[in-house]
Amino acid sequence: MDYTILIGGAAGQGIETVVLLLEKTIKRSGYNVFTYKNYMSMVRGGHNFMQVRFSDRPVTTYSTKVDMIFAMTSETVDFHMGNLKKDGIVILDEELHKDRDFMHLPLQSIAKDIGNQKVVPTIGFGVIGKYFGLDPEIAKDALGETFKDKVLQMNIEALNKGYELTQTEFLLEKKKDDKIIINGNQALALGAIAAGVKYYCGYPMTPSTSVMSYISAKSKEMGIVVDQIEDEVGALNMALGASYAGTRAMTGSSGGGFALMVEALSLAGILEQPVVVVNAQRPGPATGLSTRTEQADLRFVIHAGHGEFPKMVITLRNPEDAFYQTARAFNIAEKYQIPVVIMTEEYLTDYMMTVEPFDFSRVEINRNFSWELDDTNERYKRYKYTETGVSPRLIPGKLKGVEILVDSHEHNEYGNIDESIETRNSMMKKRMKKLEGLKEELMEPEQLGAENPEILLVGFGATHGALLDAVTRLNEEGLGVGALVYGDIWPFPTKLINKLGKDAKKIITVEQNMTGQLESLILEKTRLEIFDRILKYDGRAINGDEIISGLKSILEG
Amino acid sequence: MMTCEYNLYDPSWCPGCGNYMIRKALKQALEELEIPPHMAVVVTGIGQAAKMPHYIGANGFNGLHGRALPPAIGIKLSNKELTVIAESGDGDTYGEGGNHFIHTIRRNVNIAHFVHDNQIYGLTKGQGSPTTAMGQVTTLQYDGVKVEPVKPLALSLTMGAGFVARGFSGDIPQLVELMKEAIQYRGYAHLDIFQPCVVWNKVNTFQWYKDRVYKLPEDYDYTDFNAAYQKSLEFGDKIPTGILYKVEKEIYEDRFQFIKDGPPLVDAQLDPMDAEKLLKDFY
Repeated sequence: MDYTILIGGAAGQGIETVVLLLEKTIKRSGYNVFTYKNYMSMVRGGHNFMQVRFSDRPVTTYSTKVDMIFAMTSETVDFHMGNLKKDGIVILDEELHKDRDFMHLPLQSIAKDIGNQKVVPTIGFGVIGKYFGLDPEIAKDALGETFKDKVLQMNIEALNKGYELTQTEFLLEKKKDDKIIINGNQALALGAIAAGVKYYCGYPMTPSTSVMSYISAKSKEMGIVVDQIEDEVGALNMALGASYAGTRAMTGSSGGGFALMVEALSLAGILEQPVVVVNAQRPGPATGLSTRTEQADLRFVIHAGHGEFPKMVITLRNPEDAFYQTARAFNIAEKYQIPVVIMTEEYLTDYMMTVEPFDFSRVEINRNFSWELDDTNERYKRYKYTETGVSPRLIPGKLKGVEILVDSHEHNEYGNIDESIETRNSMMKKRMKKLEGLKEELMEPEQLGAENPEILLVGFGATHGALLDAVTRLNEEGLGVGALVYGDIWPFPTKLINKLGKDAKKIITVEQNMTGQLESLILEKTRLEIFDRILKYDGRAINGDEIISGLKSILEG
Repeated sequence: MMTCEYNLYDPSWCPGCGNYMIRKALKQALEELEIPPHMAVVVTGIGQAAKMPHYIGANGFNGLHGRALPPAIGIKLSNKELTVIAESGDGDTYGEGGNHFIHTIRRNVNIAHFVHDNQIYGLTKGQGSPTTAMGQVTTLQYDGVKVEPVKPLALSLTMGAGFVARGFSGDIPQLVELMKEAIQYRGYAHLDIFQPCVVWNKVNTFQWYKDRVYKLPEDYDYTDFNAAYQKSLEFGDKIPTGILYKVEKEIYEDRFQFIKDGPPLVDAQLDPMDAEKLLKDFY
């Protein structure tokens, strides 16, 4: 079984409430849930919609076709009728689209009787609950977590009325529920907290803000400073100060804010100060499409920062990645004393998915700094030349007689300004040497589908779920397709793509940008040829259906 | 007894530069306050003044132009036991870093801020700074500066700073006392320090300052905001020095209970299992 319900309406009408209630109730009934959210940058009005997909099998992408539409406006019907399956149904108020053969319900008049128009979404939730035979007790618990007191009573009444309005057509039998349901930014924030982040400073920018607001909500409980700074320039500089003093520090933004951090990213490079920076991508240029998705910052981020210095860039593929990779990023940043940029995408920041609970015991914390001098007779050298390029790091205020100097100029081993040719060459080599160790650290892309495929799809980041869906279905159809999905992307891992690429007849890249940024990276770092590409840059996430149709049209020529 | 002697290193400042005197006062202030060098951090941006961490043996964070304050805050919140001094020039602080300056005052973190104010850009060779007088001819503004100067003390006062003062590199005893007061003040302390730039500013010379500065009288009430505001605007034939304004205010750190009552943030023991309880919200 695999169903999708689309809920649409204007901003402020309560779409999110219905979706939240459905997610909780269906997930707690033991099913896998995937919610795709699609909104305009408006607080009131416009047309927004969300799709709740659920199945007894894992779901990692949204479906183009839907089984049910709950329309809170007539526009919802106009926009989405094309997506409705032949036997699909539309639920809506009796006053909307009166001439059509839909499931017309007295939603508004019941709400009026209850005494509050705001309960319309809950009546709709009740109708859907009854239609799918969901246990009303589970639904009531979900209501209890969303509303309080009088409002809760009204919503329970609304739920009951909703349950009375229809019959059960598909019975979702209650199954064991041991998963969690989470979105990418919540998972990212949890990963950071597990890794011991003690300092998060940033400036709000969609779609990164929910990382900061989640950590802020846990700030008191977990002893984390969360600070909204005057601008992103200040944010990264401040995070670097916190890192210098010895706390695990982090900042984040979207492309525009990340652009403002670039100067300080270069500073992190020469200070050799570990820091983790999140860039939650949305479509640009400039303000672009502020609530939508894209993967067009890849080239920008891997090259961000004036001058040359080592950094690592990790793209997140799904909520599990968001948790484990974020925690890992802090260790890598401290091991190599470099900035690590985590790239996510609006799609992943927002979609909700059921996943196995995160295993916190798998998170390791390796600080790689010392509380003691290795040689007490020598004046401390913050930038001591070493085999690995990584110098022993101390933090200020912990050792009597030891002062720590970090500097944005080219400097000698003590951190003092030094423009000599010898120092410049040695320091450049020292810093870049860290890349050698870092390359050993890299995780190759995740391989999906056929083991030695003739057709190899290659993508990165949040297209993972869609690629997994597409490859699984294509293999079920008997088409031997494989895929590589990059997580670690800079330095660029080449081992696995070279191995699979030399035997694959056709390599096809899948990206959410117009210019094929991953493709250009593959061409730059390997000798492989790219046969064709599936690109999408309209601001909407690509799904498995679109990859399948894109691939088929390429193969049919 | 704790060693509180600060080593000095050879600077690349021009002979006669006011920075020498400011450094001398800084060393004396820190030593008299018996703050051991490993517990003091000097955070700077870019410019001649901003080279201070290289020339005095404290901890140092020499960051980017205009960006001395944000890392200073990050350091202080991470380790409240450190004495944090942000130090930079007038261009760095009031120009490139103007936004950070305004919002740092709002935050009121317990740091001292020493601004070397020579009313000109030194390192980049003589362009007008945010405090250069209207009409002054510079190496860039050939027919004179066309914008009004910033009034640093009026700005910090009106933004709500609890400690606002002015010193002069030509009066070291007073400067030492002002620095000590600023460091000991619990909160953000703004100390603007006049210094001549012997190479690039031929208007605001040592003599120019010497002829104009006067100490605020003993009976001056530095808790009187209106008086302080009047004094902050006095910038002509007579310019007041000393503490213009000083009142007690709640500091930013104290608004975080775990910083106020707990050990320094940097001493927190990190354990991933502490966060596992947060997962319950997602079932």
